Amino acid sequence: MANQATSKKKVTLADRFRYNKAALFSLIVLIVIFLMMLFAEQVTAYRPTQGDLYARLAPPSFAATEKGPAHIMGTDQLGQDVYSRLLYGGRVSLTVGFVVAFVGALIGITLGMFAGYFGGWIDMVIMRMVDVWSSSPTLLVALTFVMVLGPGKWNLIIALLVNSWTLFCRMARSQVLVIRSSAMVESGHAIGASTNRIMFRHIMPNIISPLVTTFVLELAHFINAESNLSFLGFGVQPPDTSWGLMIGEGRKYLTQAPWIVLFPGLSIGVTVLCLNLVGNWIRDEFDPLAVKQ
Amino acid sequence: MTATETTAKTLLSVRQLKKYFPIGGGMLKKAKSNVHAVDDVTLDVYAGQTLGLVGESGCGKTTMGRLALKLLPKTSGEVFFQGKDIYQYSGEQEKEFRTKAQLIFQDSFSSFDNRDKIGSIIGEPLVVHNVCRGSELDDRVGELLRTVGLKPELAAEFPHTLAAGQKQCVGIARAIALKPDFIVCDEPISALDVSVRAMVLNLLKDLQSSQQLTYMFISHDIRVVRWLSSHIAVMYVGKLVEYGETEEIFAHRLHPYTEALLCAVPIENPRDRHIKREILLGEVPSPVDPPPGCRFAARCKLATERCSKEDPPLLERRPGHWVSCFEDFEGESEIS
Repeated sequence: MANQATSKKKVTLADRFRYNKAALFSLIVLIVIFLMMLFAEQVTAYRPTQGDLYARLAPPSFAATEKGPAHIMGTDQLGQDVYSRLLYGGRVSLTVGFVVAFVGALIGITLGMFAGYFGGWIDMVIMRMVDVWSSSPTLLVALTFVMVLGPGKWNLIIALLVNSWTLFCRMARSQVLVIRSSAMVESGHAIGASTNRIMFRHIMPNIISPLVTTFVLELAHFINAESNLSFLGFGVQPPDTSWGLMIGEGRKYLTQAPWIVLFPGLSIGVTVLCLNLVGNWIRDEFDPLAVKQ
Repeated sequence: MTATETTAKTLLSVRQLKKYFPIGGGMLKKAKSNVHAVDDVTLDVYAGQTLGLVGESGCGKTTMGRLALKLLPKTSGEVFFQGKDIYQYSGEQEKEFRTKAQLIFQDSFSSFDNRDKIGSIIGEPLVVHNVCRGSELDDRVGELLRTVGLKPELAAEFPHTLAAGQKQCVGIARAIALKPDFIVCDEPISALDVSVRAMVLNLLKDLQSSQQLTYMFISHDIRVVRWLSSHIAVMYVGKLVEYGETEEIFAHRLHPYTEALLCAVPIENPRDRHIKREILLGEVPSPVDPPPGCRFAARCKLATERCSKEDPPLLERRPGHWVSCFEDFEGESEIS
């Protein structure tokens, strides 16, 4: 173990990241997408809800129109700029994905650590809850919740949260089960360290790496889930938009104006792919057993 | 082991202590069977002295050490520390007990949080019990490192940079940080190279005299135990088979297992190889729901029908020398 650690020191994290071209490229793409959304006001010429009925279903073009700069990704059925809607809608998609994954991770990891550490009836109650929750399909549960709560961004987040914590809970529990019987935990007890200290000062930092990987992969999963629900009309409501909703609305014009669907579709695909590649890289880095090239 | 003796000089006394680990079963089911890890053990540890706990692997000596520190729940019996049952402690008393009793691991390195530097590993007990903080803590950690023969500058290093013997010294420094009275040493040298064993053993012995420590020294190496211990307890499959002062036990081996354990030590001088020795045959019986009778009966040459029916009680056959055997045995091998 000591050898492994010393040999690791020579090759820095940045070095190993440089070797993994796909992950490096993905990370750069993600950063670019993120920055463009963050500064959407600065990099777009049109407001996302600024319609122009004379310019409906205009194809992508780099030529400026008489009313303003070019619609580089065309316009939709209301003459709204697709590029602009893509960035503003992406904010919603990513916010929903991130909040759902993050809050789900917080709840799931906390419950999973309690279940794994204390065992007994606490473990049984929490894990049976996980079983029940995760035995029902995520989207169906989310749909039901949105029906009851009504559509909208925050209700969508609540609806997706219902299921998002279970995977984190299972993973945190299994990690804690391994580490709970370790000499490190026993040593903590022997010096009289409190349960809190042992759980959050010693166990948590030692189990967090696989959970970071899960977080990234789940982020991709919930960006997808948001798109699915918005596509079905249960998510974000117009005039707000999101990638899923853009696809849902553009579907009717697929033959006349494929760009309305194409660009948000590509955005979802690229973002999710990049997140998965980065997530896989993180998993390989943290897991010494994973096969490395 | 009478009541008066208990109050006079014993630091820790164990009475009819049992620990069974259930196998199978669950929340609603009863356990199918039990591993009898520690089965009805009674012994005393005297203040300022060392009790050597010997036996082969799986005999329950490590479990015994954990029970003496209340790191495991017991099945039944009592463990008195300075006259009070540690399993009846209040939260406050338990916290105080944790400052007085410590554990040294077989592999200290595995007991460290490998994200911590050596300084915070050694200083953690002091932080947990609010003994000191800040620069005072750094000074104390440096002092502890010097006490165990390491450089104070190592506090800023990570433990994986150390050699095995040094890691063990860091484990010892952590154990003595709170100036405890009692330390359970769980095979502290068996994971080490022979070359550094003597160093660690000498350190333990020096610390004992300079800090008036009491040890429960767990080992499978009876030679090490003899060198360090004032008393010896021999365990076999969860049972205490022989207990008494070290020299008394070496002079009069009253249990056939103790005799066999001593005979298993390789003879160093080739000229002495002709010496008659009893070499034990057969397998260690399973500690899972053992049948009644002496656990050693299946491997014992003296075993009679009675031995496989009744548990032999632990009796004081000679003054201060306790044995659980029906037979009137005394080892005759010429062992020095």
